[in-house]
Amino acid sequence: MILRRRSFVIKRMPGFTLLALACFFALYMPLAPLVVYSFNEGNNIALWEGFSLRWYQAAWENQLVQSAAIRSIVVATIASIIATVLATMVALATTRTRPYRGQTIIYAMVNQPLVVPEIVTAVALLILFALIKQATNYHGYAYLVIAHSAFCIPFAYLPIRARLEGMDRVLETAAADLYATPWRAFKRVTLPLMLPGIFAGAMLAFVISLDDVVITEFVKSAGQDTLPTYMLGQLRRSITPEINAISTVLLGISVLMVTLIFFLSRKKTA
Amino acid sequence: MSKTLAQQESLEAQAQRKEVKRNLLLSTPALIVLICAASGPLLIMVVFSFLTSGDYGGVKWEWSTEAWFQVAFYRDIFDDTVSIADAHLSILWRSVRLSFLTTLTAFVLGFPTAYFIATRPPETRNIWLFLVTIPFWTNLLIRTFAILEIIRNQGVVNTFLLMIGAIDQPLDMLYTDIAILLGMTYVYIPLMILPIYASMERFDFKLVEAAYDLYASRWKVMKRVILPLVKPGVVAGSILVFIPSLGAYVTPRVLGGGKNLMLGNLIELQFGQGRNWPLGAALSLTLLAIVMIALIVYVRSAQKQGATHDS
Repeated sequence: MILRRRSFVIKRMPGFTLLALACFFALYMPLAPLVVYSFNEGNNIALWEGFSLRWYQAAWENQLVQSAAIRSIVVATIASIIATVLATMVALATTRTRPYRGQTIIYAMVNQPLVVPEIVTAVALLILFALIKQATNYHGYAYLVIAHSAFCIPFAYLPIRARLEGMDRVLETAAADLYATPWRAFKRVTLPLMLPGIFAGAMLAFVISLDDVVITEFVKSAGQDTLPTYMLGQLRRSITPEINAISTVLLGISVLMVTLIFFLSRKKTA
Repeated sequence: MSKTLAQQESLEAQAQRKEVKRNLLLSTPALIVLICAASGPLLIMVVFSFLTSGDYGGVKWEWSTEAWFQVAFYRDIFDDTVSIADAHLSILWRSVRLSFLTTLTAFVLGFPTAYFIATRPPETRNIWLFLVTIPFWTNLLIRTFAILEIIRNQGVVNTFLLMIGAIDQPLDMLYTDIAILLGMTYVYIPLMILPIYASMERFDFKLVEAAYDLYASRWKVMKRVILPLVKPGVVAGSILVFIPSLGAYVTPRVLGGGKNLMLGNLIELQFGQGRNWPLGAALSLTLLAIVMIALIVYVRSAQKQGATHDS
């Protein structure tokens, strides 16, 4: 009995490690062909004909891809800035304060984009914007920007709120005791302490906006494709490794951003 | 003395009122954006679901409950006979069934994975967790496209199976319900792993040791000790997978082809070829209602869990 006990690992569950490793393999395996075939010499995403960067060049020179990429970045930049500023303000208004009437409603409204299925929001926006487009005849980018800003707010809000909740009021009280005006105390004490959370929030908002397909697909006017909606349109036609090249670049950006966020939040705890 | 106390009280109340005013003021800009592009449109959609569909898309501003009727019933255009809308109900059933199966598959794979991460030494734990987070933040369309590439007739899976001689003809996996199930599980599994891990991280393995000391089998330990204590994480993960699966649009569109529609695609159809905006609005609200019911069930069970923990 005692002998058996010694080789008995308490945390082990039969088959769990195998299933877990299979799961990690399954998470990454499908991405490998996607990346590999973006470097394919031939026109095919199934037949390997040698290494080449020709599809990256093709994507780079494709007018449609170029304008879609610029549109994606511009919309994501503006929307993530708006979302981050607004989320910072809401976070200041909903943390470290006594509960007040309306706080629950603010919570519910901020988190609504996380709860309501994207397709529902997308269709609702389509209806509203169709009415506005009809009434004003304005077909510009404002629709995309405001839609993206709205669904990015909760993603920017979460890390900022988490950061604020971990901050002690003591430093701000000290600043006030030293005759700092509330604004000065905010600028010199609160804001610098919040910055890591704000950065993380802004980056999350940027990634979320950059990746959005469904809402953009329903809100955009003609000729306003972003990279994801352009790709979705291409998938209906014949697929060339150009799509793989674009995917690989987007994949790279996401991985880079997530890694940055990961290390940003790790330094904080260390 | 009592006067100063009263004064102090009123000062405090004043300060508090000032703080509340500041908080509301700070929230206003975000709320305006959210009303314009999140909650406001939903309310307008409710109105639209009670209007008459226009002949070329859009709506006529005439009150009607026809759209809600059409969600479940079909009215023949020639003789006005009413029958059950089989097409809608079968799509609804497919959505619920596939979402349920996705949740189940994600649990079967995700639970051991979360357990594996939680039982790693603290130094390597973050790295495993990071490996789950990366796909989570990667574009959903790209991940769906990756699945499309590997299950195509000339894809990696078929090529491999042909090579080892397991099959002599490529399996037609693309544009089937199985493809959608595979794609949704792949896309949403991090949403199952992360919350289960979060509740396992706080789990005290001394309890497992105690159970073994009392001669519990591994299965008993899992069923009677671990599972009940990480149940909140399992429920949260299931909700987080079930809700986006039910509203999935991109994955069934890319992997299901035109035939295997889910609710999201049926809704889109009403705003495209179907030209029935009120029906689209009513279907969207139906989807939203199912999601809300799922959420309420979740909150109820979370509260019950909290209550039993307190007692």
